Amino acid sequence: MNARRLGNVGWSVVAVVVALVWAFPVYWMLNSSLLPNAVLNESTPRLLPFGGSLDNFKVVLDDPGFIKALGVSLAVTLITVVAAIAIAFLGALAVSRFRFRGRLGFVLALLLIQMLPAEGLFIAQYKMMSSVGLLNNILGLSVLYAAAVIPFTLWMLRGFVAGVPAELEEAAMVDGLSRTKAFLKITFPLLAPGLVASAVYAFLQAWNEFTVALVVMTEEQSRTLPLWLRGFVQASATREIDWGAVMAASALVAVPVIVFFMIVQGRMSSGLVGGAVKG
Amino acid sequence: MLPTAERPQAAEPAPDAVRETDVDELRDAARHQARRRKERRVAWTLVLPTLVILVLALGYPVGWQLVTSFRKYGLKQQFGKPPEWVGLENYKNLVTDPSLWAVVVRSIVFCVIVAFATVVIGGLMALLMQRVPRGPRVVLQVSLLLAWAMPVVAAMTIWIWIVDWRRGLLNWLLVNVGFEDAEGHNWLAQPLSFFIVAGVIVIWMSVPFVALSIYAGLTQVSGEVLEAAQLDGASGWQRLRYVILPLIAPVLSIVLLLQLIWDLRVFTQIKMLQDAGGVANETNLLGTFIYQLGTGKGDFGMSSAVSVVMLLLTVALSWYYVRSLMKEEAS
Repeated sequence: MNARRLGNVGWSVVAVVVALVWAFPVYWMLNSSLLPNAVLNESTPRLLPFGGSLDNFKVVLDDPGFIKALGVSLAVTLITVVAAIAIAFLGALAVSRFRFRGRLGFVLALLLIQMLPAEGLFIAQYKMMSSVGLLNNILGLSVLYAAAVIPFTLWMLRGFVAGVPAELEEAAMVDGLSRTKAFLKITFPLLAPGLVASAVYAFLQAWNEFTVALVVMTEEQSRTLPLWLRGFVQASATREIDWGAVMAASALVAVPVIVFFMIVQGRMSSGLVGGAVKG
Repeated sequence: MLPTAERPQAAEPAPDAVRETDVDELRDAARHQARRRKERRVAWTLVLPTLVILVLALGYPVGWQLVTSFRKYGLKQQFGKPPEWVGLENYKNLVTDPSLWAVVVRSIVFCVIVAFATVVIGGLMALLMQRVPRGPRVVLQVSLLLAWAMPVVAAMTIWIWIVDWRRGLLNWLLVNVGFEDAEGHNWLAQPLSFFIVAGVIVIWMSVPFVALSIYAGLTQVSGEVLEAAQLDGASGWQRLRYVILPLIAPVLSIVLLLQLIWDLRVFTQIKMLQDAGGVANETNLLGTFIYQLGTGKGDFGMSSAVSVVMLLLTVALSWYYVRSLMKEEAS
């Protein structure tokens, strides 16, 4: 028994050490974001943010590029989320509430499309956007994003819709409600958590996306937040990288994402691995 | 579909009654069919917006790419010269030109090594989570979630800062444990160390999903089965090999497949490391290579051919994933 308890302590220590190692980069970001550049440039790194301040954050917030990129990112994300949820929701209804020929093929196609890499498409998307004059256009980027997130969003929502038994709706219809009304009064409220989770998923995708934006948003004033952030660390012969500001900017981009992510994490992963993990 | 054909036996007793039921049945069937037709119409109407946007934003580019991959479509064509058909020439170049071929091979090697490493590390962490009491487990889970939640670009800036050759933490650490040579060493300048850095970053980002998924699978392995195995004298290793592994095999194969698919498409990580001072030509993987061909050299024919190859690889890998998802669905 004693050996076993010793083993427990030993493994617990290992687990905590692994946890610290894995979270370290995130800590390092916060630590560096609080320290002035004079300290960051010293030859010995400071491991704790003593004497830190929020000056780096002020530098970032005063940067007009940040405000501009924030605006673009918010607009693109908002349009993407609304469009993707509305469209995917209708599709999810069709797939889980109706039996129609081609249904299985449709679901299969969605799952395959969901896996297509943006990198295998983005040059063609760039050509397409430039031929219709939608480069550097918020709406254009949003359409590409919506198309990219709809397959998985639909798949996720399908699970939620299927989780509300159709008998509930049917019972309401027997009681005299029309199909539409039964749906709006009975099913829809029960789907709210699912809609929120899917919306957060779409938000995260659009907010973090880098690859397609890099190709389609070519001009400086139409950069999204990730593109703006990348501009900070591009090597340049003429200027020093302001690491304090970079880390503060990264923290500003990351913190809302981390918060939202914690909300939907469980549902997202169960959608990805399907029934392989039950529970 | 006509109900008359299904009931020949009803034709014998009373002809009049038959006709009446037939009429009723026919009317029922007609109503039923009308309803089905309406259902189908509603269903397709609901699906229509999805189809439209997918065809517009994904289908059209895929088609364009397929067509362009059989054409010569370079800078000249962009300035008005009509693109000419060259058949399989782009693909032939891809296979015969060693520098192009090298990118494909490099991508696959990187993808396989990183995906397997991720699953092994994730699996070990899952076992660790199962072994320890609740407190340390939650600490580990929260830390994994933090790493997982980091936006890719933000995570990349942190890692670039850590491996920065002048004031990065990594070199300082190495010098202080005795590797004096690390002073001022640029890890991104050599392809091999570039890919080691990239691999570590990709693994750091991907392990949380794998570890948490496998752990979720492990919690489904019943304690009774394990106890029974232990009573029968199975050692720890034997329990892992003959009881636990077979039971979590479905999860393992799905996460491995997903990692393979995702690691084939690493773009942001490679691109940003290249931006930060890597040598671009020798560190290209499929994604950055396509990007360079398309936006840098304006060779749309070639970039389309490489894209098509990449899409085919992904679809081939995804096919197994989709099939196993559908199987799980059906069961």
